[in-house]
Amino acid sequence: MDAPGKLIPVPTQETAPFWEGCKAGELRLQRCADCGRYQFPPQSFCRSCAGGRLAWSATSGCGKVLSYTIVYWSPNPAYAADAPYSLALIQLNEGPRMLTNVTGCPPRQLQIGMEVKVVFEQCGPAIMLPKFQPL
Amino acid sequence: MSRYGLRGAMAIVGAADTKVGAVPELTSAQLQTEAARLALADAAISKDRIDGLITCNASVERGPLKTFHAEMVAELLGIAPRFCLTGAVGGALPVLMMEHAAAAIAAGLCHTVLLISADNILSAAKRRAAVPEPWDDPQFEEPYGPTTPAMYALIARAHMHRFGTTSEQFAAVAVACRRHASMNPGAHKREPIALADVLNSRMIADPLHLLDCSLVSDGGAAIVMTAAQRARDFPNPPVYFLGAGEAHPYLSLLHADSLTHSGAIQSGRQAYAAAGVAPRDIDLAFVYDAFTPMAIIYLEDLGFCPKGEGGRFVEGGNIELGGPLPINTHGGLLSYCHAGLANSIFHITEAVRQLRGGCGARQVNGAKLAIIHGQGGRASTHGTAILGTAETL
Repeated sequence: MDAPGKLIPVPTQETAPFWEGCKAGELRLQRCADCGRYQFPPQSFCRSCAGGRLAWSATSGCGKVLSYTIVYWSPNPAYAADAPYSLALIQLNEGPRMLTNVTGCPPRQLQIGMEVKVVFEQCGPAIMLPKFQPL
Repeated sequence: MSRYGLRGAMAIVGAADTKVGAVPELTSAQLQTEAARLALADAAISKDRIDGLITCNASVERGPLKTFHAEMVAELLGIAPRFCLTGAVGGALPVLMMEHAAAAIAAGLCHTVLLISADNILSAAKRRAAVPEPWDDPQFEEPYGPTTPAMYALIARAHMHRFGTTSEQFAAVAVACRRHASMNPGAHKREPIALADVLNSRMIADPLHLLDCSLVSDGGAAIVMTAAQRARDFPNPPVYFLGAGEAHPYLSLLHADSLTHSGAIQSGRQAYAAAGVAPRDIDLAFVYDAFTPMAIIYLEDLGFCPKGEGGRFVEGGNIELGGPLPINTHGGLLSYCHAGLANSIFHITEAVRQLRGGCGARQVNGAKLAIIHGQGGRASTHGTAILGTAETL
């Protein structure tokens, strides 16, 4: 069996505007027209107020490291080849969280509470993948 | 007064584990039927008296064993149950199956329920030589290379940061479980380990070392549950179902309100209220030890120590046999068996053995009340149950 490569996101009808934002260098999230809350990942139902009127909105792209790990082992050889690499949960200033890699800083220097900003990296031919780096 | 109507109404009259560890000679379906055969023999009951079946989906299967799991197992067992259900909430399921079986019996849907959980991630992985199917969101999580240990490492790191919990304290959980497994002839890993062995094992996802992570095993187990008034007709001392609770606060860590406080707080409160007991009454605890920090978090969230003090609580042999609160006396997922999705079933069967008084060298003397906490996903889904001897009714 061929070893799987890294997973490249395949946009859906629901998520395409997010990925278009990334291509334009903007972290765009859904915002509920009824309750005003941001949500991520994209979905057509507001998880806060059960509203159905969600609009895309540019965000600051800034947040803080909520927690992090340094990954030394992966069952997927494509990721194992990059080890050790960081994996972090980012609390965005607008509220939602993202799982990501933090770049531009050695994994050992990561700290909970560190302020970070989004950067976009090419991932496959058609996707710009949001990652974060320390401010 | 609690509205809970299931306290003491049902009993476990049969319980058995298959061989666990490396069991390459059996498929996951064969482990299901073998677990069933052994539990029926333990209860000395004919399969034709089973009119309820609940199974846990097996993580390694495709085809009918994925889409119609309990139906397929019923067919393999040659039974046609009135009540037949597959559950899919990961490692919380075996604990929750007991409550669902109790509710089904109480509602008159069936009389005697067989609960089975078996999986074989060790041998299935070897046979397929494939990377496991990804668990996390394909667009928003998987591209970043999450692994199961890494997702739990995020929780572990948050606990260390907030409460000062240390790697040595995580390691104490692994040492305790291995010591218990060393006293259990059936356990997958039995060679005793020391704190330094855990701390010197290779890093998997910082701060989790190899020996902070559960095993990769094969195995299954089954239990037979029936109404308490019938339970005295069976050869083994009945072990009574006193209550349970569940919590399903999120699936992805993106939606977890807290990384350090788990759904065990809610499921535990429900279980204690249902059973009418408090943490101080519990003789032994079975907590889902997929990774060492989780055992610490669950001991806190189930009320055995104040929040944040779990690291200190597990030190100095407190959670070992002979200590005030022995946990996972079979060896847990860390040393007895971690077969896939099915694992809290082994916590249940060991609790039954302890409450029957048949654990030999690892018997907790006078054990009357046991708590079992199972969890699935990314510490997402939670089930807590309390079992007791006839004295606790």
